[in-house]
Amino acid sequence: MANLIIKNATLPNGSVADIAIAGEQITAVGPNLTVTDATVIDATGLVALPGFVDLHTHLREPGFEGSETILTGSQSAAAGGFTAVHAMANTSPVQDTAGVVEQVRTLGLEAGYVDVVPVGAVTVGLEGKQLAELGAMASSKARVRVFSDDGKCVSDPVLMRRALEYVKAFDGVIAQHAQEPRLTEGAQMNEGKVSAELGLTGWPAVAEESIIARDVLLAEHVGSRVHICHLSTAGSVEIVRWAKAKGINVTAEVTPHHLLLTDELARSYDAVYKVNPPLRTQEDVLALRAALVDGTIDIIATDHAPHPIESKDCEWQAAAFGMLGLEIAASVAQEVLVDSGKSDWSRVAQVLSHNPAQIGRLGEQGQEIAAGSVANLTLIDPTAKRVIDGSHSKSDNNPYRGLTLPGAVAHTIYRGYQTVANGQLAETGRA
Amino acid sequence: MSQLKHLLSANDLSRDAAIGILDVAEEMAGVNARAIKKLPTLQGKTVVNLFFEDSTRTRISFELAEKRLSADVINFAAKGSSVSKGESLKDTAQTLEAMGADAVVIRHGASGAAQKLAQSGWIDGAIVNAGDGTHEHPTQALLDAFTIRRRVYGVGSSAGRGLDGLKVVIVGDVLHSRVARSNAILLNTLGAEVHFVAPPTLIPADASNIKAKLHYDFDAALAEVKPDAVMMLRIQSERMNASYFPSEREYSRVWGMNSERLAALKPGALLMHPGPMNRGLEITATAADSPNSTILEQVSNGVSVRMAVLYTLLATERN
Repeated sequence: MANLIIKNATLPNGSVADIAIAGEQITAVGPNLTVTDATVIDATGLVALPGFVDLHTHLREPGFEGSETILTGSQSAAAGGFTAVHAMANTSPVQDTAGVVEQVRTLGLEAGYVDVVPVGAVTVGLEGKQLAELGAMASSKARVRVFSDDGKCVSDPVLMRRALEYVKAFDGVIAQHAQEPRLTEGAQMNEGKVSAELGLTGWPAVAEESIIARDVLLAEHVGSRVHICHLSTAGSVEIVRWAKAKGINVTAEVTPHHLLLTDELARSYDAVYKVNPPLRTQEDVLALRAALVDGTIDIIATDHAPHPIESKDCEWQAAAFGMLGLEIAASVAQEVLVDSGKSDWSRVAQVLSHNPAQIGRLGEQGQEIAAGSVANLTLIDPTAKRVIDGSHSKSDNNPYRGLTLPGAVAHTIYRGYQTVANGQLAETGRA
Repeated sequence: MSQLKHLLSANDLSRDAAIGILDVAEEMAGVNARAIKKLPTLQGKTVVNLFFEDSTRTRISFELAEKRLSADVINFAAKGSSVSKGESLKDTAQTLEAMGADAVVIRHGASGAAQKLAQSGWIDGAIVNAGDGTHEHPTQALLDAFTIRRRVYGVGSSAGRGLDGLKVVIVGDVLHSRVARSNAILLNTLGAEVHFVAPPTLIPADASNIKAKLHYDFDAALAEVKPDAVMMLRIQSERMNASYFPSEREYSRVWGMNSERLAALKPGALLMHPGPMNRGLEITATAADSPNSTILEQVSNGVSVRMAVLYTLLATERN
């Protein structure tokens, strides 16, 4: 692998420095570095951040390759500045055995655009009945640490308790999709004044909040750590804030769409806005933004959920839940944290890299930009304005189409390899 | 009024547009009273009744309206929507477009299906919403307004008038009722005051965007509001065992229209029901068959109003 020298990058702390990379490693960070035989990246005006880590990605392979493959999802991730993604378990077959998670990991290595880190299912077949072989997945080559039935809630309190306890043995974490199933039967959108007008069955905030309340108490009781997927309501923020104040080991994520979009968009009955948990109200958006700034919410995770055209180009009720997110996450982070004036780039580095890597226990991701770290880097042009159009995903369920968002990924460096150079995705992955 | 391309929601109608349609419906009612009930207005136009849900009443009402305007009528009972993995709405719509439908009257179990059809680009013709899920049923609201207007002002002196100052109480399953939603919108547009009476379980959790006053006590509401019309909503059988209310007997006792409540109405007040009724549940036979009852008038007015809607959407294309 060629040596790289990044000139005049603005680091998360605001200082300007050069970054020298040899092979997979950062070898030096400092002013006026000179390296012979190195490809030079002029990073004047660009912000250098540790490569992004997504804790919540649906890559759809195996089973739903019509929507996305590990290759196309990895490419979309690299284009969005990511160097690692956690591949959710709701594939077909489900990622509930060592064999399947190892296959996903292998396909990720072959793609070579990001570290593809499989998430293991909590229960066999995501059915919520018996624990999957969590230990076998943890000790497999895939070294699974994050377990989730995402898409479904582990609603049985006893099963949730056992899962929380069991994964302590290997420092795992349960990532809960908090959705009380009985309270959300047939649910189509946020329950509120808009659903009342549209006649779409409501998904009440309490269905999320009641599960989060239960699970933080369970985590406290058994002394485990729990992660809350895609927090979407102001009430959920209050519960997590309370739990953290009490010292409970809970982390929480928010999606780009819940930071930007509201349930008013459902008025179009355009199913591109149909997602689970649903888009909420402007009050919820503001609470989530504040919580991301103050640290109550630890990370942004995309919940990138590709779907084929026929699953979205139909009546709302028949449509699938989910939207793309990998290629706009950094822009939303910039808007909410930096351009808002409420926080800074070091917080962006935390919520998109350090914290998700820490939750997933990925030692070689989310490191400081310093000599000795693995060379996972993203260079952002913060002055760019992008009108969102297509993406590198195989699917097109993109609710941001036509919106103007700030910032653009100029370069992504994945283990010393340039997956994105000058905004262009590399034609092949890292060998 | 002539710029109206589709009728998807009662929100599509300004006050003038709504009164315009009601006035045309008065003309159509005149036609329907004649020995030869037919106008050549839509000759050569093809109207498709696309019904994803069974609704014989609504379908034959539209069919009669279309035939009396001399349209070519096709009934398309699309059994099994894409919800149940049959033919998709898109494929059905594109098929109808390929056949040259000038208008599609759609009844669908999914809220927003009519709007989706109109906005999708799958089809060019006019779309009339004949009921979409638990969202809206705008022609029902128009025929209800027409019925109230005729009863209150008299057949000969309705034209040009709204429903200003009239009080309408809507009773029952507001949560799941497209009739209630469309009526709440249109009645407000026409200047009427809308009240809901329902168990709290059958009102949307946040109904603040729907302009209606909420009551939980039917008798107190009747005494306080002194309505000009009371509209009873149908209780669907699937609500019975879903804990929305304890039992049919309790529902009937607390929320049903019976002889005592009928007697409490002011003289001449309308007792309305969109049909089909559950006699003995939301309405007793005595009440349903009383002089206050407009249930059969609503049915015949439905044809006149639907003729007026189709005329308004389609006949203007000729100019």
